[in-house]
Amino acid sequence: MSGSESTRTIRTDFLARVEGEGAMFVQIDGDRVRDVKLRIYEPPRFFEAMLRGRAFTEAPDITSRICGICPIAYQMSAVRAIEDACGVAIDSGPIRDLRRLIYCGEWIESLGLHVYLLHAPDFLGYPGFVEMAREHPQVAERGLQLKKAGNTVMTLVGGREIHPINIRVGGFYRAPPRAELSALIDPLERAREIALATVRWAGELPFPDVRREPELVALAEPGRYPIDLGRIVSDRGLDIAPAEFDTHVVEEHVAHSNALHARLRERGSYLTGPLARYNLSFAQLSPVARDAARETGLGETCRNPFQSIIVRAVELVHVCDEALAIVDAYEPPDAPAMEVQPRRAVGHGATEAPRGMLYHRYALDHDGTILDARIVPPTSQNQLVIEQDLREVVQQNVGLPDEALRLRCEQAIRNHDPCISCATHFLDLTVQRG
Amino acid sequence: MNRHPVSVVVIGVGNDLRADDAAGLEVARRLFEEPGIAVKVHGGEAIDLLELWRSADAVVLVDTVRTGEATGTIHRFDATSNPLPLPLQGSSSHTIGVAEAIELARTLGSLPQRVIVYGVEGARFALAGELSDGVQRTIEPVADAVREEARALLARQPPNRPDKPRRARPTTYGRSS
Repeated sequence: MSGSESTRTIRTDFLARVEGEGAMFVQIDGDRVRDVKLRIYEPPRFFEAMLRGRAFTEAPDITSRICGICPIAYQMSAVRAIEDACGVAIDSGPIRDLRRLIYCGEWIESLGLHVYLLHAPDFLGYPGFVEMAREHPQVAERGLQLKKAGNTVMTLVGGREIHPINIRVGGFYRAPPRAELSALIDPLERAREIALATVRWAGELPFPDVRREPELVALAEPGRYPIDLGRIVSDRGLDIAPAEFDTHVVEEHVAHSNALHARLRERGSYLTGPLARYNLSFAQLSPVARDAARETGLGETCRNPFQSIIVRAVELVHVCDEALAIVDAYEPPDAPAMEVQPRRAVGHGATEAPRGMLYHRYALDHDGTILDARIVPPTSQNQLVIEQDLREVVQQNVGLPDEALRLRCEQAIRNHDPCISCATHFLDLTVQRG
Repeated sequence: MNRHPVSVVVIGVGNDLRADDAAGLEVARRLFEEPGIAVKVHGGEAIDLLELWRSADAVVLVDTVRTGEATGTIHRFDATSNPLPLPLQGSSSHTIGVAEAIELARTLGSLPQRVIVYGVEGARFALAGELSDGVQRTIEPVADAVREEARALLARQPPNRPDKPRRARPTTYGRSS
């Protein structure tokens, strides 16, 4: 903290608990917020260029490398889009069930990681997870156990827990026999218990009383909580197929960020992620998850981004339930993958990464060569809302001392679990008061 | 007194796609055939290390480090009782690094009774690059040192008492060539 009476500057030179690289700038004149900028650097742009000229079968493995936290999201959006281009839709059956199962594994791992390792220290007042673990070892262990359960699912279905190697266009290289999946029952049942404890624990955390009204956008599918496919819907009437994403969502470059800012054409910013899914598909949560949510006092809608930690916990319960249901009903497919023949066409795929909707589009040549690719990750879509949130957080807390304000800003960023996947992470937070 | 075999795990940490960052993985791969030793390669988040060593009595970690020493310099540190010294701590692009994973396990009481860390001084971390010459030359000597260390740990009497406090300081072996 430094500066004269008229100008105060706060810097956070190494903000942990955010994935990737970026910087934030807040400028305050008197008691008015003049400017808020979240600057981030997104690698998917390079991947889009890298994909050109590659075979259509390579898209899932190449794009999985965009993120070590949510490789399944990239693989799943990629295979959906490639299959769409090739005229194939795997909307039901054991291959889809296996896809949903491994996606549940990624949700358990990633949501557990965010709730406990990234977000919990904000609420309990610690600079990081290790410091928190010293005084709350049981809380820390719950996070580790959830992550382990997610890893177990990823490894069993995907071959390894990070950048799984068993996923291909059309399905899988190998479909596990039923007996193998039974090994997941115990870990998933334990994970569900931990998830339920997580909902109860998160419900007791202190939350600032705020309400935000961004347009909420998520996938939706009748009868199922949105994970691996669905139409793109919003709380303000948007209802489109993934193939229409391009015509409804525009991305624009802004000078302060390497990530494109996505917005709905003629409507503006929107939010994807746990809050959007929860508000739009509460009725599709498992009964146990819905009951757990109600018991904490969380209504069927939630407009407080700080409470996204409870929503993530409720989603954890749901994906444990869903994974158990898939394992219980599983019968292996006749063949681990459907045959997918390339053709000259454009395909679209959208799935729900743990932190929000992930859209892929590929243009293929006759022989399956990728001619063009477009990838819109959730953080690009959420960036404008994160900035709007920050602006309101700063405005509402402008009287706080710099350090307290800085912490609240960091917490507000983490509410949205931005994934700025990159080789190094560095978030430089500057607050200027004039 | 219960006597159980000492279980020893060697974990190579790194990223095959990041040139010298693959050193730990390369070392570990050379020990896959070593009898009685569990050898693992780990390319993910350091937080997952807690699971990899959870039931072991002793762990030997091999990772790439950058401390400013000559490329290929081998660092050895006994982290059984003390945190890794700052120059060896490195950084992680995600949640926590190896040093923090060790401290987290220490905090939670899940750290093996012996924790030895080998660090190979790296120079090149470009995407898809190959090992630099200095690191390449170091792989076999480090593998030999880790093998010897793991065998010694394996041969140790199963401890029924906490290890005596030992003076912990990084030992720098001369650069091998």
